[in-house]
Amino acid sequence: MDIIKEFYSGFSIMNQEVSLVLVLVFVLLADLFCGEKGKKYLQLLAIAAFALNVVYGFTLKVDSTYQDSFAGMYVTSDMHILVKNILNIGTLLVFFFAHYWNEHENRSQSGEFYFLMLSTLLGMYLMISSGNFLLFYIGLETASIPMAAMVAFNKKAHESAEAAAKYILTAAFSSGVMLFGISLIYGTYGTLYYNEAANAFQAEPLQIMAMAFFMAGIGFKISLVPFHLWTADTYQGAPTPVTAYLSVMSKGAAVFAFLYILITVFRNYAETWQNILWWIIVITITVGNLFALRQKNLKRFLAFSSISQAGYIMLGVISGSPQGMAATVFYIFIYLFTNLAAFGIISNIENQTGKVGMDDYNGLYSTNPKLAVIMMLAMFSLGGIPFFAGFFSKFFIFLAATEKDQYLLVFIALLNTIISLAYYLLVVKAMFIKESANPIKPIKSDAMSVIGLAICTVGMIVLGFISPIYEYMTSISFGI
Amino acid sequence: MDYTILLLAIPFLMFLIIGLLGYKMTPKFSGLLGSAGLAVVTALAYYTAYRYFLQAAEGAWETITAFNYTWLDLSNANRPDLMIQIGMLLDPISVMMLVVITTVSMMVHIYSMGYMHGEEGFQRYYAVLSLFTFAMLGLVVATNIFQMYIFWELVGVSSFLLISFYFKKPSAVRAAKKAFIVTRFADMFFLIGILILSYYTKTFDFLKLTAVDAETQQATLVFSTMGGKMFMGMSVTSIALLLIFLGGAGKSAMFPFHIWLPDAMEGPTPASALIHAATMVVAGVFLVARLFPVYYFEAPEVLHIIAYIGAFTSLFAAIIACTQTDIKRVLAFSTISQIAYMMVALGVSGYEGHDGLGFTASMWHLFTHAMFKATLFMAAGCIIHAVHSNEMDAMGGLRHHMKKTYYTFAIACFAIAGIFPLSGFFSKDEILVAAFEADKILYWCQTFVAGLTAFYMFRLFFRIFFYDEPNYEHTPHEAPANMWVPLAILSVFTIFSGWFPFSKWISANLIGYEIHTVWPIAIGSTVVALIGIGTAYFLYYKKNDIPDRIANSCKRFYTWASHRFYIDEVYLFITNKIIFGGICAAIAWFDRHIIDGFMDLLGWTTNTVSEETKEIQSGSVQQYAWVFIMGVITIVTLALYL
Repeated sequence: MDIIKEFYSGFSIMNQEVSLVLVLVFVLLADLFCGEKGKKYLQLLAIAAFALNVVYGFTLKVDSTYQDSFAGMYVTSDMHILVKNILNIGTLLVFFFAHYWNEHENRSQSGEFYFLMLSTLLGMYLMISSGNFLLFYIGLETASIPMAAMVAFNKKAHESAEAAAKYILTAAFSSGVMLFGISLIYGTYGTLYYNEAANAFQAEPLQIMAMAFFMAGIGFKISLVPFHLWTADTYQGAPTPVTAYLSVMSKGAAVFAFLYILITVFRNYAETWQNILWWIIVITITVGNLFALRQKNLKRFLAFSSISQAGYIMLGVISGSPQGMAATVFYIFIYLFTNLAAFGIISNIENQTGKVGMDDYNGLYSTNPKLAVIMMLAMFSLGGIPFFAGFFSKFFIFLAATEKDQYLLVFIALLNTIISLAYYLLVVKAMFIKESANPIKPIKSDAMSVIGLAICTVGMIVLGFISPIYEYMTSISFGI
Repeated sequence: MDYTILLLAIPFLMFLIIGLLGYKMTPKFSGLLGSAGLAVVTALAYYTAYRYFLQAAEGAWETITAFNYTWLDLSNANRPDLMIQIGMLLDPISVMMLVVITTVSMMVHIYSMGYMHGEEGFQRYYAVLSLFTFAMLGLVVATNIFQMYIFWELVGVSSFLLISFYFKKPSAVRAAKKAFIVTRFADMFFLIGILILSYYTKTFDFLKLTAVDAETQQATLVFSTMGGKMFMGMSVTSIALLLIFLGGAGKSAMFPFHIWLPDAMEGPTPASALIHAATMVVAGVFLVARLFPVYYFEAPEVLHIIAYIGAFTSLFAAIIACTQTDIKRVLAFSTISQIAYMMVALGVSGYEGHDGLGFTASMWHLFTHAMFKATLFMAAGCIIHAVHSNEMDAMGGLRHHMKKTYYTFAIACFAIAGIFPLSGFFSKDEILVAAFEADKILYWCQTFVAGLTAFYMFRLFFRIFFYDEPNYEHTPHEAPANMWVPLAILSVFTIFSGWFPFSKWISANLIGYEIHTVWPIAIGSTVVALIGIGTAYFLYYKKNDIPDRIANSCKRFYTWASHRFYIDEVYLFITNKIIFGGICAAIAWFDRHIIDGFMDLLGWTTNTVSEETKEIQSGSVQQYAWVFIMGVITIVTLALYL
């Protein structure tokens, strides 16, 4: 009996996972039993249930700084909870933006959409909170495989299927590489628990190889160069809400899990992984920028922009310090609002007109001033123009990197910021300055999108100024 | 005193509401809304003043930090106090300023409903008024110098917006630009001063900066961190404080930064009354007063400089004021001269007890000046409203047509001339006493300026209300009630604010003391004022040719003065010929060829590389996998052999 009791007590710190599973099962059952008539309310029900889960997440707190259960398989801390909460907010925003699309394009399958998306979210939770490579890998796959199904959600669209195929093939490939890395870890350390592995450090070449393979595998998730090639095709082909989800949530979860593993398992190799990351960051930011400049399709454009943004996020990871962690999480937090605002607008316009080309946006300001202004805010914030939230997140991340004397790296990143401004402003130029004989007609946004866009807009303008957020993150962050 | 946050929150909220939704309101509603909001703020300010001054025990005034919100925490082990906060500091001078700002702003809000009636952009005007009030209140209650700087700039922005209110008029746009650039230029010094000060003291906080040790007669923190440090033969403390003063000189239009203020009269007259007469322009005085202990103990030589700059400016502006013919410009130069008076008073002040008379007098004069100068400006607004011109030549004999304006203008003129028992007499007299005790040269200079002040104010008065009546196209008529009532209220303040026990309330070391009247000086200044008034009466009561003859007899000097001693032209020469033509040309070349060249190179490289490498993104998954695995191998190699 004691063993069983102990087993169940392990769940007691997994509140977020448990409540998410409840929502997930609820959505699945509701979808099964609601019948044709009930479909109308299914979406609202799913969103409401998930919103409750979001609110619940914010009530949680860990008693001590760090807790684990199942013999260290599962770990949590205030920071873990916060990151999951951030992911929750993002997912809720994606739900808002997807509502119209679900309502009109795939009404009969909207239940599946929510179920799949929540499943990937559960996978991300596990990735973040794992204390063992096995659980991490399970989380990773739980996050990836439903994602492929979601990318293919537009069954009739050829592009969507192609995107999913590319995604699943590359994902399988990268999983293979990562598993190879993990098996090397097991082979050399004799354990898959993070803590034990960290203590078994011997500086053998095999261990360094294990780390490199592992980094490559997770680099795929974050779409770091040179593991990024799938990104553009998948982002372009996937339904826009799924792209939004991929670009923010998937990336955010992977970055945090990566950071956590780097500073626990590989903390003794800090110098090595910092060297590797240095190069990866430089080429990621640069390549992302170089390719973003040429894009004519906005989704593809944002794919490359998100690659370069991933490079910036890694600037916070490279320091491995508590400050770096706070800056990373803050960056993800701000990036979420900013990028989702951009995708919200794109999805809104795409839903109603089917247009996603940059040239289609010419003269948008004259017909849809509000959407154009929000899009402009998002571009400014992504480019890091003061005093939008994106400026502060870049500022903190540069600060964290300079505190670890990464001056050259920060300088390169700054130069790249100039380049990135050029292409972000291209969008603004198209909307405000260029004229079009055939501009997008005035759009009446649906209520859900309006709510989502309003939240994002407020986030982009206000969050940088609310210092308690960043201070709270600093107070709960940890590092090497 | 938690409620005091409303003092800032309400005007800001009004700004947002009227600014964002104003186009949906009728002009009248937006005006009423703004005024109603401000009425609440005014009531709160009065309540705060009542609680602060009248409910507390007299003696040493405490400084209350009502709240202090940390915005950016920059502290670490070496600099535990370095953080940027937004808060609210209540001490005698800030509470007094609350009363001044809200009173004048309230009157201006009411007055503007009549004055601005039917103007295009009425809502915009009220939105910016709210913004200004917010900024000015935030400035005076700042708990730290950085907050003050933030609001300082906000005040500058709202001043810019109000000067350029008639943005279709090129002269208004030019004036706004000039005001903004000149004050911004001075603010640069302010910022450098702040940076130097905080670099050494490692804090922005006013309370920490101004903490004084009575035993050793030092401003403890500044002395211990900056004392004895030299830079280019000057003490660092002096440099920092001088730079900070220069920032104040810009906003307070001290020589040589005074050139923007006369042009700023292009803005709507009530806005001039609020910003360019009563509140914003005294920000510099307030800044010096706020840091007074630091100035007094750590850089007394800077205080001397301040006193002499003040004296020179007051004389200089008073002379120019005698020659101007645009009534708002006369008032503008008079403002410069009077603010300089306050600077003189601060410059000669001591610290403890009766020695600190200059400090008290300066703040007192700030208060009374705000009231009578706002009255003058708003009365001038009524006159301009009636005759549709700013020029004296278009006026005369108006006492028959505008009784109420006439009386209020008269009261304010007597007050500024310093005639017993009006408020100006008391405050100006204390300044003269303080100057007399500290420095005889300053005393004689300021007494002479007092005479000049009486002269040019009554020149204005007689020219407007007496003199010969020109042929008015429309007979001038009295302003509507919403314009003259605020005037009447302000003139009540003008009459009585001299009787407030200021020395009990406001002193450099926060301990009240008794003022005793020094009769010889009081009588002397009154006599000088009467001489000034008499001269003005003699020259301008009736139309005659004596003024022209006098002007002709010293023609060169007169032309110089009426052209404001060509200071504007000197500035233009320096900016156009030396800075634009000489320095900027070289910088422009550098910018065009080196900086732009670098950026072009960056762009060109980016474009070329981007063009050359686009093939990598081919779309075929096999290739993606190949790049992936090559990447892994490279990383492993790097990791193993680096």
